[in-house]
Amino acid sequence: MTEPAQQSETKAQDKGIEVGISKLDVERIEKVVTGVLKGETGARLKAYVETCIHCGLCSEACHYYLSHDKDPHYSPVGKVKQTLWEMIRKKGRVSPEFIKTAAVIAHTECNMCKRCAQYCPFGIDIAYIISVVRRIIHRLGATPLYIQDTAHSHSVTMNQMWVKADEWPDTLQWQEEEAQAEIPTLRIPLEKEGAEVMYSVIGPEPKFQAQLIYQAAIIMDVAGVNWTMPATIGWDNSDMAMYTGDNELMGRIKRTHFETAARLKVKKIVMGECGHAFRSVYDMGNRWLGWKMPPIRIVHAIEFYYDLLKEGRIKIVKKFDQPVTLHDPCNVVRGGGLGEKSRYVANAICEKVIEMVPNYEHNYCCCAGGGVINCGPPYKMTRVNGNRVKAEQLFSAKTKGAKVLIAPCHNCHSGLHDIVHHYGVGLDIKFFADIIYACMEKPEATEA
Amino acid sequence: MVDTTNWDWSPGEKRIAFGEWAGKYRWVEEPAASPDGETVAAIVNIDEGEFSVCANGEQWESVFDKIWHLRFSPAGRLTALVSETGEWTVAVDGSPWEARFGYVWNPLFSSSGESIAVAIQQDMQYGMAVNGAAWQDTFANATYFILSPDGTRTAAAVQTVDFDSGEIHKFQEGTFSAALDGKPWDANFVNVWSLAISPDGSKLAAEVRINLYEYTIAVNGKPWEKTFSCVWEPAFHPTRNSAVAPVREAGQWTLAEEGSPIWQRSFVQLWQQAFSPDGSRLAAVVAPRYGRWTVAVDGSPWSVTFADMVTDVVFSPDSRRVAAVAKDGEIYKVVADGSAWGLALDMAWQPVFSPDGRHLAAKVEKNGRYTIAVDGRLWDRECQAVWDPAFSPDGSLVLLKSLEDGVYFRRVIPVADIAG
Repeated sequence: MTEPAQQSETKAQDKGIEVGISKLDVERIEKVVTGVLKGETGARLKAYVETCIHCGLCSEACHYYLSHDKDPHYSPVGKVKQTLWEMIRKKGRVSPEFIKTAAVIAHTECNMCKRCAQYCPFGIDIAYIISVVRRIIHRLGATPLYIQDTAHSHSVTMNQMWVKADEWPDTLQWQEEEAQAEIPTLRIPLEKEGAEVMYSVIGPEPKFQAQLIYQAAIIMDVAGVNWTMPATIGWDNSDMAMYTGDNELMGRIKRTHFETAARLKVKKIVMGECGHAFRSVYDMGNRWLGWKMPPIRIVHAIEFYYDLLKEGRIKIVKKFDQPVTLHDPCNVVRGGGLGEKSRYVANAICEKVIEMVPNYEHNYCCCAGGGVINCGPPYKMTRVNGNRVKAEQLFSAKTKGAKVLIAPCHNCHSGLHDIVHHYGVGLDIKFFADIIYACMEKPEATEA
Repeated sequence: MVDTTNWDWSPGEKRIAFGEWAGKYRWVEEPAASPDGETVAAIVNIDEGEFSVCANGEQWESVFDKIWHLRFSPAGRLTALVSETGEWTVAVDGSPWEARFGYVWNPLFSSSGESIAVAIQQDMQYGMAVNGAAWQDTFANATYFILSPDGTRTAAAVQTVDFDSGEIHKFQEGTFSAALDGKPWDANFVNVWSLAISPDGSKLAAEVRINLYEYTIAVNGKPWEKTFSCVWEPAFHPTRNSAVAPVREAGQWTLAEEGSPIWQRSFVQLWQQAFSPDGSRLAAVVAPRYGRWTVAVDGSPWSVTFADMVTDVVFSPDSRRVAAVAKDGEIYKVVADGSAWGLALDMAWQPVFSPDGRHLAAKVEKNGRYTIAVDGRLWDRECQAVWDPAFSPDGSLVLLKSLEDGVYFRRVIPVADIAG
């Protein structure tokens, strides 16, 4: 490693939290805490609180705990003890300083990755408990600044990057034009009612990573998919309100997304390589609105590529020849069960896939998800220092020959970039689409 | 409403060889059919960066750098968003508006189709244009654009106070308002969503978020006295000029008029409320229990419920009947007055009632092909594409527009030929 993992940590200054707690007193906190606990939680939280025997078996699951030399403050149960349990024990009468600490722990020292739920002998979903803490923090107005700003972006634009209404179709038309240099008849069909597929992405794609839309358009075109993209709000499947505890806004974002697909009369929504968005459309947002399951079938990019490859709709001309290792994003593998399909895709497009250990649903989190990376630069080192164990896992894969790290999730991508860079791991990070686009059979770039 | 009495209701068939256009152009995009069925049109690509529109085989004289969003207005005017030398405008029947903008999108039509509005961006300022005339005032951002049904008024949520990304506390003081014809309310809110203009054009209502936690409906800038944990889109009563909106309290949804509940019961979810044309009845999509969906009329849910989704609620013109589209698993159904047709469909579009309310028709997809269903029975033709059906004024005939083996057909047939 290029830097020692052991560092004395200083807690970041966060204007969102600081200004928020400056407006609080114990009475206000008590009212909000009891309001959330009595009005918004029920048997689930009660069962979790009364069942937990404080055994600490969840500890070994947590990358923060492992990366901080088993400091119990970072164990899942320790994080609950420092936040919700204390609020319950004191019947909500905790201080603003306590809320500050709770906000930092809940938002930046837990990725809500749910690895710990697998280690709990009772299956307690500690991520849910942390989400209750975040809900309280939201109701108290003490959410970290960067992710609160992202929630504000969602509230205005229904996307997470303040992409304005004209910038979205304009970007798609720009990418269509770019891709026509490669396939002259290629189209990104906007507002095509009755298409089979609505393709949805997250805000950063049109903002910073338009090449991913380009690549998707090439894949769709070559595979002959009957697809469309909306020219209206509802195109963004991401949802940081889910992670700030602003459930009402989460519901609004998801309603907009699903109603856009319903308006376009598509059969399914194919989403890009994003993990938290999958959780939002497949689990959290839909259920807050009253849907047990997504009202329109959701197909994550991993499953979509699996189908295209399995059905021979895209063909690989020459497999990617650098050895790869495969990161299993929490939300789509632990949460969505796509581990096998992910491996099918990896093996179909790459010469050599080297498993990292642990893997599948036991893989270590990237430490970016759960909204932690969205809390911004003040917490970059919290993420990096909190995931030394990931660097060790990646080093191990590298010693077995891996040169490229496939991470089919946006947050994982960004978080792993920081891990790889900080610890000097030396792996190139790619999406599946990067490799598929590079290795797939494409028509000759001739005039139609 | 569009007057259909002057349409050609003579039973029979007209054809246009749509498929032949493909040989004349690099590509032909998805066709659009006029409401009266007399015209079929598509965006065509002539060469790199050269687009036009072909209507009934005749190409527009104008050629543009880019064209998108080709749609017929309810009055049958053929509209598209077009770009020339980096500027955008609206072309109507081949003639672009004189006014040009940095970008245009989200075209809207009045009920009669005579008025056409569009969202505009010019020099990174946002507003609307109606029939080529732009708002005098523009804004740093604008969303949720609407046009009144009579086409005389436009409105949008607009940003009235500057703030930079990251200024969360300034944002929370309220930086958005709603503008009617480009004139914003005096009041600002944290958020403004889903606007509605009253039938007489005198009122503008919108969902507003007063702070991060309190939602309500504001009418002409004045919030209802009561706030809620969430609200959805307002709709105006067709004659009373009062706003009605779904509101959430204690985790349950009901309908409120001017802030007071008007339905006796609440639901797990409630949205997409729609008044009957005479204003005597009110329907909405509801979830009477978690994971089950149906339509409630005047607060009473249909006994039939569906697992996935209910959409496209519509009243008959005489206000007596209600229909909707429902989804159960991967199967779509058309539901009328609480009874689902016995058709398992791949997809269904919003049903259309005959003027007297006796018949109900819908565009549907089954086994990957498109057709029309009337009163629960399928037309015997399976098509590449169909468009929404229309009934003759006396309700005895149905106008069918379809694409079959590359040929566009306009047919008028007796309703009984399908419905039996």
